[in-house]
Amino acid sequence: MPKRIKTPISEADARALKVGETIYVDGIVLTGRDEVHIHALEYLEKGKQIPVEFKGAALFHCGPIMKKVGEKWVAVAAGPTTSSRMNSLEPGFIEKFRPGAIIGKGGMSQPTVDAMKEFGCVYLAFTGGAAVLAAKGIKSVEGVEWFELGMPEAIWILNCDNFGPLTVAIDAHGNSLFADVNVKVKENEKKARARLGLS
Amino acid sequence: MVTEQDVTNAVVELLRKTVVRLPQDVEDALRKAYASETDEVPKMQLKAIVDNIDMAIKGNTPMCQDTGVTIFYAALPKDCKVDVGKGIVEGVRKATKEVPLRPNAVHPVTRKNPGDNVGEKMPYINWRIHDKDYIEITVMTKGAGSENMSQLAMLTPSQGLKGIKEFVLNAVLRAGSNPCPPTILGVGIGGSSDIAMKLAKEALLRPINERHKDPEMAKLETELLEAINMLGIGPMGLGGKTTCLGLNIEYAYCHTASLPVGLNVQCWAGRRGTVRIHPDGKLAYPTHER
Repeated sequence: MPKRIKTPISEADARALKVGETIYVDGIVLTGRDEVHIHALEYLEKGKQIPVEFKGAALFHCGPIMKKVGEKWVAVAAGPTTSSRMNSLEPGFIEKFRPGAIIGKGGMSQPTVDAMKEFGCVYLAFTGGAAVLAAKGIKSVEGVEWFELGMPEAIWILNCDNFGPLTVAIDAHGNSLFADVNVKVKENEKKARARLGLS
Repeated sequence: MVTEQDVTNAVVELLRKTVVRLPQDVEDALRKAYASETDEVPKMQLKAIVDNIDMAIKGNTPMCQDTGVTIFYAALPKDCKVDVGKGIVEGVRKATKEVPLRPNAVHPVTRKNPGDNVGEKMPYINWRIHDKDYIEITVMTKGAGSENMSQLAMLTPSQGLKGIKEFVLNAVLRAGSNPCPPTILGVGIGGSSDIAMKLAKEALLRPINERHKDPEMAKLETELLEAINMLGIGPMGLGGKTTCLGLNIEYAYCHTASLPVGLNVQCWAGRRGTVRIHPDGKLAYPTHER
């Protein structure tokens, strides 16, 4: 049985996860992409109140499609967005806010891997584009903050049950599946170049 | 007579079909890739993709939350009297609410989001006149994760075929895990800077199981695809056999002193759809009839 992990995620919880493991997440997951990172760091600097708790949070790089049914929001499609866009912001975000997990796709660069190791956070890869599968793991939408940033950029507070499958792609010990793949790709590049008649 | 309202309704239905279900060639390629992967991690990524395809069809829901920006290709009969452009814009507005599509279109500098996917030159429409009696509208709902990995190279003629191969291979390496592989690649060779990029995108309109009619180009398509799939980037960049599902080339003659090459990167969700609006109002969706 794949592991299940409940939010908020403590540093010890995060450090117990190993790269390559498949896990599912239960509890509150917060969406946040480019604008949320920029705003949160700006608010902190100016001492302004941030409407959600990022400590121990599972922060999901996601800009969902939401639909209002009566008074309630429903997640229609909610897959991950490209995490590398947040490469320059994430190390600072992890240091300042101490989330327990970042959920996204495509992986993140070395400074984020280092920050995850230092502060006890993991990167969980969800299959890009598998947005209906993701929405299935979202039981209800508890609320939305910073809605003025637009539907994709707002913070959506998602109540999740068995959200996944997620692959631990960067753990809190400095290991990264993406980095491992890159080493192999570098090696394979020689064969590909030979196939194309390139030196 | 076909009215603007007919165009709008056809476009709403076209967008719904396009974001919910992949064309047959792309769906087949993904199922084949799922069957061919043996390692656990890539197998799981493709299982999630294949499951997601099935769930989207069953629930009539967009397969991916990034329903893209809407790039249209419209072909009009010579005597077309209806304002197809207006009909398309209204169709996008309506589909955003009804399907729903994610409101993705924003002002490029202020980043203000009007909420309906309509703004200056968006939806973007490529026009042509054809010698048929029906209106044909094709749409690509292009997500940003893959589009952001697209590139242009203004090569020198001396760099030649090797330069083209080098450029495509390096762009794929640089894109790595970011464009939601397994990808589909459109390569535009020749023309001018803008034409090469336009051809690269148009190349994505051809089914990936059809090779270019020029044997030299067909050979290059196959060669590049095979080489890219040797890299082992794999589904979602987590390693595996399938990095690219298909690669299509389009070309145009160019200036003797130029060699422009454009690359348009498409994620696995290669969504494209076509509707034909016949003079009697009958509709056909050739990409989605099965």
